[in-house]
Amino acid sequence: MVEKSEGMLSPYRVLDLADEKGLLCGKILGDLGADVIKIERPGGDPARSIAPFYHDEPHPEKSLFWFALNTSKRGVTLNIETADGKEIFKKLVKNADFVIESFPPGYLDKLGLGYRDLEKINPGVIMVSITPFGQTGPYKDYKIADIAAWALGGEMALFGDADRPPFRVGHHAQVYLQAGADGAMGAVAALYQRWISGEGQQVDVSIQEASAQNCSENKLSAWDLTQALKKRGEARAGAGHIAKQLWTCKDGWVCWSYGASTPGRPLFEWMDSEGMADDFLEAFDWERLDLARVPQEEWGKLEDSTARFFMTHTKAELLDGAVKHKVMLYPVSTTADMLENRQLKARNFWVEVEHPELGGRITYPGPFGLFSEASPKISRRAPLIGEHNQGIYEGELGVSKEKLVVLKQAGVI
Amino acid sequence: MVKKLLEGIRVTDITTYRTGPLTTKGLSDLGAEVIKLETRSRLRGGGGGGGGASTAALVSGLQDANGKLSITLNFASPKGLQLAYRLIAKSDIVVENHAAGTLKRRGLGYEDLKKVKPDIIMLSSCMQGQTGPYASHAAFGHQLAALSGVNQITGWPDRPPGWVGPYTDFIAPRYNLVALLTALDYRRRTGKGVFLDMAQYEAGIQFMAPLLLDYTVNKRVANRMGNRYPSAAPHNAYRCLGEDRWCAIAVFTNEEWANFCEVIGKPAMARNAKFNTLLARKENEEELDRLVNEWTGSRTAEDVMSKMQAAGIAAAVVETAEDQMDKDPQLKHRGFFKEVERPGGGGTYRAWPGAHFLLSKTPFDMKRAPIVGEHNDYVFKGILGLSDEEMAELAKEKVID
Repeated sequence: MVEKSEGMLSPYRVLDLADEKGLLCGKILGDLGADVIKIERPGGDPARSIAPFYHDEPHPEKSLFWFALNTSKRGVTLNIETADGKEIFKKLVKNADFVIESFPPGYLDKLGLGYRDLEKINPGVIMVSITPFGQTGPYKDYKIADIAAWALGGEMALFGDADRPPFRVGHHAQVYLQAGADGAMGAVAALYQRWISGEGQQVDVSIQEASAQNCSENKLSAWDLTQALKKRGEARAGAGHIAKQLWTCKDGWVCWSYGASTPGRPLFEWMDSEGMADDFLEAFDWERLDLARVPQEEWGKLEDSTARFFMTHTKAELLDGAVKHKVMLYPVSTTADMLENRQLKARNFWVEVEHPELGGRITYPGPFGLFSEASPKISRRAPLIGEHNQGIYEGELGVSKEKLVVLKQAGVI
Repeated sequence: MVKKLLEGIRVTDITTYRTGPLTTKGLSDLGAEVIKLETRSRLRGGGGGGGGASTAALVSGLQDANGKLSITLNFASPKGLQLAYRLIAKSDIVVENHAAGTLKRRGLGYEDLKKVKPDIIMLSSCMQGQTGPYASHAAFGHQLAALSGVNQITGWPDRPPGWVGPYTDFIAPRYNLVALLTALDYRRRTGKGVFLDMAQYEAGIQFMAPLLLDYTVNKRVANRMGNRYPSAAPHNAYRCLGEDRWCAIAVFTNEEWANFCEVIGKPAMARNAKFNTLLARKENEEELDRLVNEWTGSRTAEDVMSKMQAAGIAAAVVETAEDQMDKDPQLKHRGFFKEVERPGGGGTYRAWPGAHFLLSKTPFDMKRAPIVGEHNDYVFKGILGLSDEEMAELAKEKVID
């Protein structure tokens, strides 16, 4: 068995059949201490081919995407479409608390491995199903891609410039991560219910709905209550002007906006302390109640001197200054900036994870929270293809070495 | 035993604005009794409740209060603090999202709460965590999205970072809810409570993990790539008939490409040397995008989506709020929005966001937001056992505010 310090989910076992769309779910449960067994098809999961790669070497054991989303998991290979594979899977289900899957709705049912089948083997098992549109409905068999999920989630219509197409957020599959986190949430909700009822159930996660959770600008209430549609490129428009949100600074960009709920005086005082506040700012009434209705021309004066001030500072200086002067401002970080961030260093956020096959350690982003006990943590690097076949199949299920050879040759494992 | 999910779990909710209220809304959706502490004299941000507030507060605050109970308690007063302790003694969970240190100074830190309720589960959600040099700093979600690196990788490579709204405000509540629900099981098993220090920054960074490894391993700094994806073409949002109407299309495999060419009535294009392989399509992606736009431009986004999906291609209308709430048949089928009574009467509104997941055996539901102070009697008299006289006295002293 794997050595693990006590985590909140230590008593539980997870069978993780998910592909790219649901990998984060098992990582979250694993980092919380659960014994997660990643089950891949023989040869490895297709997500192992997703970039970026270690030293840019495209190889199934070197996908950094795979590394990032499969920490704290062990791994076996299994072809669940074969009769032998099904039998082995069912044996594993007997001792499992969770099964995570992201196959098209109905696929596992056809194999005889759907929730209805598995609950007969183990009434307590909780099946987390992460699919494009959920298990039911007119779109249930439709295809999804991250960009399509952003489109159907309603956020994309607000993002981008008027002269170009709307854009999605980020460029690795953000929505699949949202759905994975929602799956983890559903898993532990069903776990709590199992304690009351004694029974497991199916957790039905829709990637479209995961995307629709994101709702900036209160766009849904605006439509519901006043039939107002927010326009792309004007998402943050006030009644009298469009407030600037992203500004250039010495070495990049910074996010700041004047507005009713963002105190402007602290920034003014900071600028003033460096001799950068002009007469217009000196005379400005920071407590005025009609801030949202300030006409564009006057607003421009407010922003002009501010823009000049930001250009005299770097991102790092602006972050330190924002904290010191209590200004609600943050720079637009690059990944490189985040590694240098003082706060993350002080909280020991970054963790070193051993990758013996690669001859060293890799720095990973640490846990999503700090708990006063049983805190989440990365307990091991992502599994290699079939790394734990022997330990689990022979060690736990008692399949002999000779039989494992047969199963290997037959393409079952 | 059929029991509602989280039935009997009581939550003291000391949150404002977005991330905290969305976290506790998640618990109330799942059936927990969430008691929101607010004051009439100081309704703030997304913390504002229902009927008494302005239309603006109605729009921004109502949704995050869905399904919660509201009491008006000024816990900054000594008597109010004692009442807060009494409520917490009868609670399972306390959630707060003030700047780090604020509640501690008011006598409501985890160590204080443990004395009142030894197995309390307390979650503190703030921008950058409860410890470290930036702990006490306050900001908004759209600024935190910038700090978390999201803007840097969103938008066009030839333009400044793209605006993504308060994206991390919708990431952090998910991790908060995972932590709280896990802590409930941990308490059940061990009898122990726990303090959950949840930095919204550290939650947001989880979604950057693959790109962070690209930096720590390869020293490559991630940048913007518009709507492109390395192993797909076409992969973009395409202009459709109507004002600012778009359909996203993503073609990954050669089989999908052949189907795509059939759908647009140009089967020969599938074999055109400019486009017949993925590498060729990537090489000529701008020209390809123009050709796709020519076809989509004379069709509605809905028509493009259904024709493409019928051919097994991922395509999706770039939906507006109107599309989502009034047209999308899938969201309707799944009950993503729910019509509920407006607090205080005067019609209905539609509650959102809907569930993060559906459970096959334990349905749960969204409920309307409360009027400010609607549940004062239920909580102060029913749970804490105050008399009418005591309540009147406390109201006069502005403790019940």
